[in-house]
Formats: sequence, C-alpha cells, structure tokens
Amino acid sequence: MEKMISGKQVSVNEEGFLTDFSQWNKDIANEIAKEENIQLTERHWEVINYLQEQHRKEIPMSIRKIRNSGVVDIKEFYQLFPQGPLKTASKIAGIPKPVSCI
Amino acid sequence: MKEENDDIRKMLIILSKATLENVYAAFILANGARMEGIEAELFFTFFGLEAINKKKLEHLHVATVGNPAMHIPTLLGGLPGMESLATSMMKREMEKIDMPEVHEFLDILSASGVKLWGCKLAMEMFHLKEEDLYDDIDGVLTIGGFYNRGKGPGAHMLFV
Repeated sequence: MEKMISGKQVSVNEEGFLTDFSQWNKDIANEIAKEENIQLTERHWEVINYLQEQHRKEIPMSIRKIRNSGVVDIKEFYQLFPQGPLKTASKIAGIPKPVSCI
Repeated sequence: MKEENDDIRKMLIILSKATLENVYAAFILANGARMEGIEAELFFTFFGLEAINKKKLEHLHVATVGNPAMHIPTLLGGLPGMESLATSMMKREMEKIDMPEVHEFLDILSASGVKLWGCKLAMEMFHLKEEDLYDDIDGVLTIGGFYNRGKGPGAHMLFV
C-alpha cells in the first residue's frame, strides 16, 4: 500500500516496512524513527548504514551477525533501538523485516 | 505501541531439561521475545540447570533415546557413541544456519536483557553454588520468587 512519509509517497507493507528500497531517503528514516520514538544519533546512523550495506550484499541479518559486526554490540544495539532492535532498525533503514529466528 | 492487556509483554520460561533440543527451544523463545520487544526471563530448574552449569554447558547432547523424531530405534539409540554422533550432526547443521553454541547463546541472551535465574531447590539438590554457574546469571530464586517476576499484565509462562 501507499503511504505519505515526510512529504513523499512511498510503498509500504502492512507493518510499515518500505517495499522499495530505492524510495528510501534520510528524511523518511527520521520520520519512521520518530514514529518509533527514536531520535536518530550518529551511532544510530552507523548501524543503519551497516544494515543497508548488508542488505545490498544480500546477507540476511540475525542478532549473532550484529554481535560479530564490529559496528555495535548487543547491549548498545538494544539501547539504540529498545523495542525489537533488528526489526526497528531495519524498518528505519528501509529494508525488509528480518526473517531469521535468531 | 499498543497498550491492550492481551498483548504479550513478558515471557517467563522454565527450562527443566538439558538436552540440546530443549535448551535451544527455550533460548530461541527467549531471544525471539526480546527481538520483538517483549521482556523475557529464564528459570533453570532440575536438569535444566546443566545449561548454565559451567562444567556441563559445553557438553550437552541431543536425546537419542525416547525421542521418536530422531527416527532411531530405541535400542540403537542407546548404543555407545550414538548420542555423540547425533549431537555432532545436529551441531554441524546448526552452525550452517548461524545458530550460536550454548555459551555464546547465553552471552547473547544476557546482553539482550534476558534475565537468567537458577532454581534454589534444584541447586541444593545437585549441590551447586552460584559460582558453579554461568557468570552473568541474575541470581538464584525460589519458584515463588520467579512467579513474582510475572506480575503485571501480559505476562505468560512456558514450561520446557
């Protein structure tokens, strides 16, 4: 379905994840983050950039991959994105919801 | 965030067995809850304590006897080496799907904010002290103490 996010018409699924990564931009990320009660900082952006990079390489994400990423440890990951970190961070990054159970 | 009472807010999981398949089930449930923004706590009782027993946790096995899903006849499943064989096969498959080993999984759970509790009664029964257990457990509780952790709306309890 279509949704207006920060003045731009984008396609999202029923959970609000962008279905077309090419429509993503930083304003959209900030707007989605606000809906999730998160104020994006430099550290958030480092994680978001990492997730997008992995997405481009088509590497599926899991909490274990985050742990071994060298970008963020699990504790900080939960501090940055408290409510379901991988899900929330992926949503802000404009990439699909992770499907891994770990 | 929805605030209805029927939302799951907290999972309280009791682990009473230490065969790998049960330990992983409990760990995946706890981690999966945190990944969805749900609180999670694990209570290790009876043989479940082996999953946080420093001396035992690296050496847990899959059950080959009394486990019909293994498709090994019970008599064969009891032969020496069968559990080790099944265990190494399972571990290989788990590595392929990026499943952490028990110790690493405990590190992940602890860092994710899953509370880890030892059962007081079972520890007395097996003569275990807190220093025998994984370093980052949150403490030792009676079952009453664990029930008290489940106060408030949206708390659910699971027995593995």
